[in-house]
Amino acid sequence: MYKYDDFDHAIVNARVDEFRDQVARRVAGELSEDAFKPLRLMNGLYLQLHAYMLRVAIPYGTLSADQLRMLAHIARSYDKNYAHFTTRQNIQYNWIKLAEAPDLLADLARVEMQAIQTSGNCIRNITTDQFAGATAEEVADPRPYAELLRQYSTFHPEFSFLPRKFKIALTAAPHDRAAIKLHDIGLELYKNATGDIGWRVFVGGGMGRTPIIGKVLREFLPQAYFLGYIEAIMRVYNRYGRRDNIYKARIKILVHELGLEEFHRQVDAEWADIQKTFAEPPAVELERISAFFVNPTFETIATPVAIYDDARKTNPAFDHWVERNVCAHKQQGYSIVTISLKAVGEIPGDASADQMDTIAALADQYSFSDVRVTHEQNLVLPHVRQIDLFALWEKLKDIGLASDNVGLASDIIACPGMDYCSLANARSIPIAQDIAKRLAPIERSTGELKIKISGCINACGHHHAGHIGILGVDKKGEENYQLSLGGSAAEDTTLSTILGPGFDADGVVNAVEKIVACFNTIKRDNERFLDTYRRVGTAPFKEAVYG
Amino acid sequence: MANPSIERRGAEEKLHLANNSYHLRFRSDAKLGWAYVPDDAQMTGGDAITVSLSRFQEALTRNDITHLGVRILPGEDVRLLQPYLARISLVELAFPTFRDGRNYSSARILREQLSYTGEIRAIGQVLADQLFFMVRCGIDALDLDPSVTHAAADAALSRFKYVYQAAGDARRPVWDARLSS
Ligand code: SF4
Repeated sequence: MYKYDDFDHAIVNARVDEFRDQVARRVAGELSEDAFKPLRLMNGLYLQLHAYMLRVAIPYGTLSADQLRMLAHIARSYDKNYAHFTTRQNIQYNWIKLAEAPDLLADLARVEMQAIQTSGNCIRNITTDQFAGATAEEVADPRPYAELLRQYSTFHPEFSFLPRKFKIALTAAPHDRAAIKLHDIGLELYKNATGDIGWRVFVGGGMGRTPIIGKVLREFLPQAYFLGYIEAIMRVYNRYGRRDNIYKARIKILVHELGLEEFHRQVDAEWADIQKTFAEPPAVELERISAFFVNPTFETIATPVAIYDDARKTNPAFDHWVERNVCAHKQQGYSIVTISLKAVGEIPGDASADQMDTIAALADQYSFSDVRVTHEQNLVLPHVRQIDLFALWEKLKDIGLASDNVGLASDIIACPGMDYCSLANARSIPIAQDIAKRLAPIERSTGELKIKISGCINACGHHHAGHIGILGVDKKGEENYQLSLGGSAAEDTTLSTILGPGFDADGVVNAVEKIVACFNTIKRDNERFLDTYRRVGTAPFKEAVYG
Repeated sequence: MANPSIERRGAEEKLHLANNSYHLRFRSDAKLGWAYVPDDAQMTGGDAITVSLSRFQEALTRNDITHLGVRILPGEDVRLLQPYLARISLVELAFPTFRDGRNYSSARILREQLSYTGEIRAIGQVLADQLFFMVRCGIDALDLDPSVTHAAADAALSRFKYVYQAAGDARRPVWDARLSS
């Protein structure tokens, strides 16, 4: 993975010093909360319902084992022994004391991590495919480009006061695990008909109050123009994005109001100008960065691996886990392992300090010290020998992390909701816990089902992209939940459709159970819930819930 | 390791303004005593006169203005100034609130695309934590918000030795510095 050089260290350390100074002035009373707020937000520090919350960036969801150990250390030293992985491949600490935040950032900086631009109206953490560098599907590893973008966007002098936050995701595989069409800019690296590799550029996707699927702005952008083209998009957005209404300030609204064609024309005009002066980092810089992402030294392994196959045959529980949590690796004899952070009854995306330490040790032992975070709030060990899978599984069981539910009903995305978030209208976590408990017994036979829960219209829980989406709203002071069906964040992105009137907390859990029961009676063969829904529409589900 | 110098255009000048705030200027040409003519006031001639974009054409026609400045509000298009840049000695970029970042783009367009070399001054809510970004975009004169002490401004401007991207100032991005490190 990427290693800081002296320049990177100097920049991050300067930021830590600056923040230490700002906090000291705040604690001493020299800065009012009003004056301090934009400063702390620049460092990912939010004031939530009960305490300060710090969001730490995990650039493109890639962690070393040492970094994960540091995250565990922070959970122990500065928080209540746990932390929460988010849908943007970041991690959040919920119980931070302001006076300790600078030390926390200094600890992070020691392992080349930071909280820069994890909030504010700027370019946020760049996200990508958690299987990058491990899947045979990709045309190239997207992470060197993500790192180029990280550096380009860090303290960008022109784009730090945008109309609104700005999220960029990229992938290099046709199977989209990064939800690129639901980002302000989505980038797909692919090989065109003439064999050249370049970017398909999507713009104006997003969830929130006005969910929109990103549109293709450029079918093929040669790699050589990567950052210059992004700069052109950013400049048009910075100059013309709406600033009069916070709910209309995202780029999706600008694209919508101008129309794609006019937006495209403006970006092209800006790009033509930018190209006259813009210097892309030279090829050697991309090579320098790419050198950090070369394959680890894989062994040559003959397959099938008999021990592994035998273990699957003789141990059904292990076999179930493999079926759900283990994916094909580009290297023969290796697999990609997803560690579910969705044990039934637990808080989706939360991990304890002990669990993080154990996963770090397992990464050292089995996965070249490499750990990934998924936008679905799980962790990944990207390079595990198949011969080691059984031992890994047993060790995961010991710490309660062997849930065999990836992609199933209890693998729920849920935002922090009313339990932590000051913007929430309703709780998300208990709903997720109740649904998981209710559906776990039938989830294997139900098959792939993505349930996503947000505690308010901001949609951090991606409810628009859930096969079943749940949105918490405030109905005359009571928590109320709206159900919607048919969303997808994958390459076949769709937005979910509201089913009907909302429910209270118990009601929505019952309704989800009815929907799943209905699905199980009408599905054909091994049809996924999403495909059944696309075939039959809402009618049978409405009938099942409201009939 | 190479040390890309923090290059600024000319020497730093600091001035105590009447409202107890500071003015910082990083240019070698002499600072003029600019007077802004509000939109509802009678246009006057003089040595150094600044007008809004809406009165700019009117000001251009006068031959009793020696040095002409124009004030750009967020949302106004600095590219409109292109034909007249030779006649312009000052562009004031207004930041009525620090949250409105449109004029950062204006500064870069002026410097990088229109090759404007005259003074660009930031006015309005020019806070300590914006100064670095402003200077990086090519702004070379700052009317600081009264809340910003000279020491705070200095700290903010000298904090970051290295930058990741090229912009409207003369700093080299780290990818360039790496080539020679
Ligand atoms: S969706 Fe709403 S409640 Fe949930 S984390 Fe986001 S802002 Fe908070």
